[in-house]
Parts: sequence; structure tokens; C-alpha cells
Amino acid sequence: MKKTAFILVLCIGLLLAWAVQDFPAWGDPKSPASSSPVASHFIANTGVDTEVPNMVTAVLADYRGFDTMFETVVVFIAGLAVFSILRGGPKSRTRDREFVVDFEPDLIVTNTVRLIVPVIQIFAFYVLAHGHVSPGGGFQGGVAMGASFILIALSWDLKTALARFPIERCFTVAALGIVIYAGIGLLSLFLGGEFLDYAHLAKIFPVSPEMARYHAMLGVEIGVGFTVTAIMFALYASLSTDGRMRDGL
Amino acid sequence: MFEDVSIFNQLLVERLNYFIYVVLLLIGLWAMIAKNNLIKKLIGMSIFQTAIILFYVSIGVKEGATIPIYLPEHDPHGSHIQLDSNHTELLSHGPKVLEASAVPNYTNPLPHVLMLTAIVVGVATLGLALSVCLRIYRGYGTVEEDELLEKLEREDSRRVGGSNKRRPRRRASANKGVTAGQSKRGPMSEKKNSDKPTTRRRQASKSRAKTNGPAKEQAKSSNEENGMSKPVKRRRPARKPKEDKS
Repeated sequence: MKKTAFILVLCIGLLLAWAVQDFPAWGDPKSPASSSPVASHFIANTGVDTEVPNMVTAVLADYRGFDTMFETVVVFIAGLAVFSILRGGPKSRTRDREFVVDFEPDLIVTNTVRLIVPVIQIFAFYVLAHGHVSPGGGFQGGVAMGASFILIALSWDLKTALARFPIERCFTVAALGIVIYAGIGLLSLFLGGEFLDYAHLAKIFPVSPEMARYHAMLGVEIGVGFTVTAIMFALYASLSTDGRMRDGL
Repeated sequence: MFEDVSIFNQLLVERLNYFIYVVLLLIGLWAMIAKNNLIKKLIGMSIFQTAIILFYVSIGVKEGATIPIYLPEHDPHGSHIQLDSNHTELLSHGPKVLEASAVPNYTNPLPHVLMLTAIVVGVATLGLALSVCLRIYRGYGTVEEDELLEKLEREDSRRVGGSNKRRPRRRASANKGVTAGQSKRGPMSEKKNSDKPTTRRRQASKSRAKTNGPAKEQAKSSNEENGMSKPVKRRRPARKPKEDKS
């Protein structure tokens, strides 16, 4: 088995090494990726289409909005699946005692976390809301936000974190995020555009079509942020306790 | 000889970044194929994924270009009123297309977008894989592949050997649902089960089969003893209980 695997891996390695010769050089401005018409279209037209300075956000939430919506759905379904896989089924064969750790929350750790968590959360909001003009967006802000809850769970215990963000609320918030995203898409559909064609939101909001896209992107990013925050924490809570949602790390 | 040298020169000097990704990718692939521990396989999968992400990001690198965020002089936000350089005149302009000469100043945003979502989705799917591992550990007390296969085999043989009073009855009731189109559906559904290529998949389908009642599992174990996956072979045990019943 191992021999076969080694030969297979070696063959693939040789093939890839051979193929590497045809790849563009490091940072070559004429490489297919850098000189493609799609890339130059995004770079040239993001500003006039959406007025968003950060092209990555514009491509993520607007040009490729459909893709991002279903990426968010994938995250949501993965979180739901982890929760249900670990919840149901046969009870653990290993003794429950094995998981129980007797400990007191450490004074220094908890007080440091008490100071840090608000800063992390404000930074997460900043990353989320400023995703248009600086690096950031829903995914990054959501992960930072989820990390703050995981930090609480690590420094106290899971119970403390779950008291602030119960697992049921996690999934409600995650679903709400997708509803926000799809709702903005549907709203633009009902206003006469295509699904996720935010420019048509200008019909009901007192802004230009470009600025409607700008602000709709913020709404979409908030939806993504909700889902990612909740699912990151739900993943941690499920995995660290083997689905029992108590004791744990 | 000379060509060999140039190949190494290309690999290790000019295209070192690609070489690193190839190596990372191979490490991940090796871990996924050859490691015995399911968690180690998942670590291999993550390394593989990292290699792909780094590859995409390095594709997006462009010499002399900045990040794909408009510089202040290209700021598209046109409705802001600005003073011109002499601070005497108010300038106001709508959003305008970036001039073609400025386009090479920015890197391609597309690889960054793709990898941004890939990272988060990768975390979520890794969590899913870990939860399946936890579940396997809960059911079998191990995440070592060979021990797992051994246990599964033992469980199968136990199920076939013992409790043969209960088995046919259960199987018959399991087959009842497909009686109408049995000649077609029976073998087909079984074949679907047997077509799992990798060992890990097979485990998964087996643990699933556990909940599906012994019918499929019986078929599977007989299949394993024969070392074949022909539907004809596998139909025989499935048909027998029907005769028993009649």
C-alpha cells in the first residue's frame, strides 16, 4: 500500500515538476492571470459600476454574488451537519468521565480576556463595515467575531460562552444571515432586476444605482458575517464537547 | 546533461514558488493516501488545500502593481467634493472608468476572491470531516484505519454467523419495499453500495449500512468474501429470504 502510494505520489510530483516549466514567471505582468480581459475589466470598471474602492469586495459581493451566497450556504450546512452528526447516534463508548476536567478559570487569563474580547469584537465590526474601502469583509469580520466567542469558551469554559451565545441562537443567527443575503437578492428581483442585481434597489432608496450597489454590498457582507460568526462558534462548541454541549475544553 | 541543469535551475531558482507548492501538495497527497490515522489524513488534506491556496495567490502576483484597492487618486467615489491642488477651486466629478494606463498598477482581484471564500469554506468542511471522525471514534473506539477495518470485518462475520434466526426475517422485511421492481432495483441499489472506491468511503458506507438494517451489510460481507462486486453474486442472498417466506 505504502509502496504504491509512494510511486503514485512520485509520478504526480514528476508530472507537476515537468508542468511547472510552462508556468509564468513570478510576478510576470504578462502572465495569463494578470493580463486577462476579465481582470482588467474588474480593475477598470469596479469604480464606475459600484463606486467601491476595494475591488475584492466588489467582485466577491457583487460580480460573483451568486457564488458567494452559496459559499455561505455551504458554511451553514456544514455547521448544521456537524451539530447533527455529533448530537444523534449511539452514545459515546468512552467513559464520560474522561472528558471532564476539574479546573478553576485562571484569574490572569480571564481578566486579560475580559479586556481583549471587546477590542476583538469592535475590530471585527470595523473589518466587516470597512470591507469596501480597506481589506476586509463579511468572511474576515465573521471569523474574528467567532474567534472572540471561542476565546471566551477557552478562558472560562464552554458554559460561560454558551450563556452568551446559545447554540440554538447560533443557528438562528446563521440562518438569518442567509435570509439577509437572499432577501437583498430577492428584493432586487422584485424591483425588476435580476437576482442579486443590486442596482435596482435605487428605485426604493434615495441613492444612485452605483451607490445602491455599494450599500447593498454592505448588507450582503453583514449577512455573510452573521453566518460565519455563528457557524465558527457552533463548530467549536460541537467539536470540543463531542456534541454534548457541556463540560468540554 | 545541459538540459537537466536548466530544468533544475528553472525549478529551484526561477520557479521556486511553484516548486514549493508542488512539494506541499505531494506531502498532503502522501498523507492522505498512506497514513493510517484518519486525523492524519485530514491534516494531509489541509496541507493539500494550503498548497492550492498559496498557488492561487502566487498566480495573482504582478510585478510593480499594488493591492486591488483603488489609490486615492483613482478613488471612484465621485460625489465627494474636493479642492484642487491650489485649494482654490471646487472639483466634483462622477465615477469614471479607470484609464487604461492605470490598469497595470493593480493586481488581479479574482484569485484573492476565490481563495477568500475557499479558506472559510475549507474550515467549515474540515470541521465536518472532524465530526465524522469523532463519530467513528465514538462508534468503534479507534481512528486507525487498519483497526477500524478489522473491527468492521469482525462485526460483519459476527452478524452473518450468529443470530441467523433474526436475520432472514429482518432482511425479508427490508426487501419488501422493493418487491415490485426487485429484479431491477435490487441489484442496482446494491451495486451502488459496492462502487465505493476508497477504503474510507467504504467505512462510511458501512457505518451507514449499520443503520439500514442487515440486508445491505449481509450483501456486502458476502461480496467481500468473494472478493468481487458483481451484482449477480450479490443478488443471491438478497433473494433467498423471499423464498423462505413463501
